[in-house]
Amino acid sequence: MTITSHEKLLEVDGVTVRFGGLVALHDVGLSIRPGTVVGVIGPNGAGKTTLFNVVCGFLRPDEGELRWKGRPLRKHRPDQLAGLGIARTLQGLGLFGGLTVLENVMTGAGRLARTGALASLLGTGRAARDERELRARSEDVLAELDIAHVADLLPGALPYGVRKRVALARALVAEPELLLLDEPASGLSTAEMDELATRITSLSEKTAVVLVEHHMDLVMRVCDEVVVLDFGEVIATGPPDVVRVDPAVADAYLGTAPEEQPSA
Amino acid sequence: MTTKLPPLVLHLLAALGCLVLLVLLTLVTDPFTNLRIATVGYYLIAVAGLALLTGFNGQVSLGHGAFMFIGAYTVALLVKRVPAFPIWADLLLAVLAGGLAGLLAGAAAARLHGPYLAGATLALAVGLPAVTQRFPDLFAGSNGLSFTVNSQPAGLVGVVPPTRWQSWIVWLSVLLALVVLANLARGRLGRTLRAVRDDEVAASLAGVHVGRTKILAFLVSSACGGLAGGLQAFLLGTAAPGSFTPALSLSLLAALVLGGLGSLWGALWGAIALVYFQVWTDDFAELLSLRSDIADNLPLALYGVVLIVTVLAFPAGIQGGVRKLWVRVRRPAPSQRGES
Ligand SMILES: Nc1ncnc2c1ncn2[C@@H]1O[C@H](COP(=O)(O)OP(=O)(O)OP(=O)(O)O)[C@@H](O)[C@H]1O
Ligand SMILES: [Mg+2]
Repeated sequence: MTITSHEKLLEVDGVTVRFGGLVALHDVGLSIRPGTVVGVIGPNGAGKTTLFNVVCGFLRPDEGELRWKGRPLRKHRPDQLAGLGIARTLQGLGLFGGLTVLENVMTGAGRLARTGALASLLGTGRAARDERELRARSEDVLAELDIAHVADLLPGALPYGVRKRVALARALVAEPELLLLDEPASGLSTAEMDELATRITSLSEKTAVVLVEHHMDLVMRVCDEVVVLDFGEVIATGPPDVVRVDPAVADAYLGTAPEEQPSA
Repeated sequence: MTTKLPPLVLHLLAALGCLVLLVLLTLVTDPFTNLRIATVGYYLIAVAGLALLTGFNGQVSLGHGAFMFIGAYTVALLVKRVPAFPIWADLLLAVLAGGLAGLLAGAAAARLHGPYLAGATLALAVGLPAVTQRFPDLFAGSNGLSFTVNSQPAGLVGVVPPTRWQSWIVWLSVLLALVVLANLARGRLGRTLRAVRDDEVAASLAGVHVGRTKILAFLVSSACGGLAGGLQAFLLGTAAPGSFTPALSLSLLAALVLGGLGSLWGALWGAIALVYFQVWTDDFAELLSLRSDIADNLPLALYGVVLIVTVLAFPAGIQGGVRKLWVRVRRPAPSQRGES
């Protein structure tokens, strides 16, 4: 294969997910182009995390299809995602509590390793070189996020905002083409959120981002496009300024301004 | 530390150093002690294998004695039925047999969690030795198999006492296996095992195949169990179902918790405790001239007490205490370091 320009990185087409009687997603469609930041917003329980779970292969859609760079994604497993170039941060932290910060990030870099399990078991020189490279790369990412000084600490000992950065570092280290962020700003201070906004914007030069967030100011600031979910259905799509004034969106948030939604 | 030597070379050098020290130790101690040193060796590799599975990977096995059973009977049957095989081939096959059993157990275990896994492995420890009763012709029932292994090269017979020779073979095998475990523990695989233990969802998103990782942990761990059992049979010249009761499996796990779950060093302290605790409490019971029914159970009771006290004092086991001391001696600032 030579140069194939992919108009669309990820396409979600008519996806429906049911949990028993509950329709968590109904006929949801969206597409992500390279270099864009797409916000997915909606009240609690709207189906945002479920959408991520479908993309990541934790859930199979009951109907509909996913495509990655034009190819259907059907029976993919979550562990294949990193290899495809998709990374995700979890709504909780999902850090490995018994691993140091550096080890956490190195785990995320696994797809860049060139030696297999056998070389690791035998402790060969090549496996060692591989490890050194993963370590160097992970240290670079930690430095980029200004948390190099905590590399040898366990995440449990760190303030919440720093842990959030570790989770981001672990997702970024594999150099994904698409980054799925599930509420990256929850629990952050205003200053930290500000920094996150800048970071997401600069990230989008290399990586497309899907941002699930309750903090509307952040969404409006960094997103090129916003998709609004309510009870599993897309009720609005468009640029932030258009979506913001959409009456259906205000309705979905029970008449309150989206800004006043609590962050979960 | 900016050493460029690959882990394999480093660990082999360390193992060589340990082997030399151990040989020296056996030269200055009596046959009785030689036997105990060898016993610590095979318990060490059994507990170290369990450390990988339970400590690193978070899969609790209450049935690791079953893999020792498999290793012991593999060696016993090979010595008796295929005398042409050299002992190292018997031991290698014991490793493979243990590993194969672990592969099957691991594939089943990958679907089980927490108490279900513990229960299933316990059932294995209870059930497997009973096989000897079903096929008495092959396994000689509850009497077990007895045999003599002529492993000593002709030139050394009469020069080196047999127990001393055997303890060398045991420790050579154990140290070779430990080299592999140390490579694993310090490399990418060890990190992957611990990541899966801490968060399976996050591990899979990092590209880790969770099921395969758990099976690998079982495979390596039970291969170590197979080796431990094979070495025990080689050392004692017997393989009998009575040596592989569920109590053995439980004491392996207890030794691991006592020594410290997080690292291979914990396995060493645990194995030493396992062997020497028995010795000391036996002596203690004799000293008090207790009735035999009390004396027989004293080691177990004391073992339990020490386990509880140690874990209360050092939740991370003996190794946790050692590390704390070490940190205090060297006084570097951060005390919240991760294990490796
Ligand atoms: N595995 C599951 N089994 C059953 N129901 C589920 C499951 N996962 C999610 N749901 C339900 O599906 C709906 C959508 O949940 P989802 O977690 O996707 O919401 P969300 O938009 O991420 O909400 P929040 O903002 O609170 O994170 C909810 O009603 C939830 O209870
Ligand atoms: Mg959610």
